[in-house]
Amino acid sequence: MTRAALLVLADGRFPAGGHAHSGGAEEAVKAGRITGVTGLEAFLRGRLHTAGVVTAALAAAAAAGADPAELDAAADARTPSPALRLTARKLGRQLMRAARATWPSAELDALAGEFPAGAHQPVVLGLTARAAGLGAADAAYCAVYESVSGPATAVVRLLGLDPFAATGVLARLAPELDRVVDRAVSCGTAAPTQGVDVLPAASAPLLEIGAEVHAGWPVRLFAS
Amino acid sequence: MSGVHATARIGARADGRGGTALPVLESDGPLALRRTRGTGEEARVLLVGAMSGPLGGDRFAVEAEVGNGARLHVGSAAATIALPGQTKDEAHYDVRLAVADGGELRWMPEQLISAKGSDLFVTTRADLGADARLVLREEQVLGRVGEEPGRLTSRLTVRVAGRVVLDQELACGPGAPGGWDGPAVLAGYRAVGQLVVVRPEFHRAPTAARSVGEYARVMPLAGPATLVSAVAPDALRLRRALDEALTHVDIR
Repeated sequence: MTRAALLVLADGRFPAGGHAHSGGAEEAVKAGRITGVTGLEAFLRGRLHTAGVVTAALAAAAAAGADPAELDAAADARTPSPALRLTARKLGRQLMRAARATWPSAELDALAGEFPAGAHQPVVLGLTARAAGLGAADAAYCAVYESVSGPATAVVRLLGLDPFAATGVLARLAPELDRVVDRAVSCGTAAPTQGVDVLPAASAPLLEIGAEVHAGWPVRLFAS
Repeated sequence: MSGVHATARIGARADGRGGTALPVLESDGPLALRRTRGTGEEARVLLVGAMSGPLGGDRFAVEAEVGNGARLHVGSAAATIALPGQTKDEAHYDVRLAVADGGELRWMPEQLISAKGSDLFVTTRADLGADARLVLREEQVLGRVGEEPGRLTSRLTVRVAGRVVLDQELACGPGAPGGWDGPAVLAGYRAVGQLVVVRPEFHRAPTAARSVGEYARVMPLAGPATLVSAVAPDALRLRRALDEALTHVDIR
C-alpha cells in the first residue's frame, strides 16, 4: 500500500460530492439543538458513536472482502430514514464515479453494474480503498473522519462559527476517533467469515427523524 | 452466578375453528403469563411481573412463537423497571419472536423504565415468514420522574423471510458512548420509542413517509415494513404519538 493514496482518498477535495452534505447538522442548527461550539462537539460525538461507527464498520468490512450486496442490505437495515438511504446511495454513486476514474478496478465495475442507482456510500468507500491498495483500517479512518469533519465544516458556515474553534473540536475528538476505528475494524474484518450481523447497529433517533424533516424543506443550504 | 434466570414461553396455533389456541403458556419465576379474553380470532396474553426487576445480574427471556393462521396479542400489566442489583453485573432481557407465514403477532408491552444505577441490555429479535404480520411496540423511558437514568442498551432486529429489514441499537445513560444525550441522538428527550409494522401488502403499497404530531415520524423501510420512530419529553406524550401513528400505518 501507499500511504499517500490514503491522503488522496481522505482529502475533502476528492471529487465525491460530500461537501454538499451537512450530516444532519443543518436541521439540528435550525431546530436550535446546535447553537455554538459546545453543541457542535456534543453533536459530533453523538454522530461519531452512531452513524460514524456503523459506516466505518461497513467500509472496513467491504475493504476486508465481505460481500458488497450483503453489506448494502445491512446498511439499508441500519438506516430507517428513506431520506438517508437515498442520500447514502447518491453519495455512493458520486464516489463510484470518482473512484473508477482514479483507481480502475474490476470489483468497482461489478458493484456499479449491480447497483446502477448507487450502493450505500461506505460500501463503495471500502471497495475504493481496496482498489487503491489500502486496508480495512484506512477505509474505517476515512469513514469515521468524514462522519465528523463534514458536519463541522457545515456548522461553521451555518452559524458563522470560528473555524479554528471547530477544528479544535475535531482535534479533541481524535482519540475517540481512534477508538471507534478500532471497534469498526474488529467488527468489519470479522464480517467476511461471521456474516454482517456482527456489524454495529448504533442508531441516533434524532439524526433519522431530523433527516426526514430536512428532506421536506423547500429551501436548503445542504442536500442532507 | 448471581441474579434470577427466567424464561417464559408462549406458543400460539390456529385452533381449526377460526380461533387461536395456546398450547404453550409457560410462566417462569418473575415472568408470569396470563391468558385474557381475546377478540374473535385473536388470543390475548398478559405478561404480569410477579417480582420487580430486572435487577443487576438477572437474565430474563420471553419467547413467543405464532403458527400459520394464528393471531396473538401480547401486552404487559405494568411498566418494566430496570433497577440496580446487589452486584455490579449488568442485567439482560431477551425477547425472541417468531411468526410463521400467515400468522400475526401484536407485541405491545408497556414501557421499559431505566432507573438510576441500573445497567440493562435488551435484545429483541423478530423472525417472520414472508407473509407474516407484526405490530411491535418498544418504549424506553430514561429515569423515573425527575431521576437520572441508568445505562440502557437496546437492540432490535427484524427479519422477514430471512432478510434483515431493521437492525437498530440505542445506547444511553451513564457509561454509554458519548453524545447520547446531545443534539444528534436524544437532545434531552427522556422517552424514546419505536413501532414496527410488517405487512405483506407493503411490498406492493409501501406506507408514505410522514410526520405525526410534533414527535413521531413514519418511515417506510427497505422491505415490507414500516418504522415509526419517536422521541418525546415523557412517557405519556410518547404513547400518544405512537398511538396516533399506529392509526395511520396499521392497515388490515
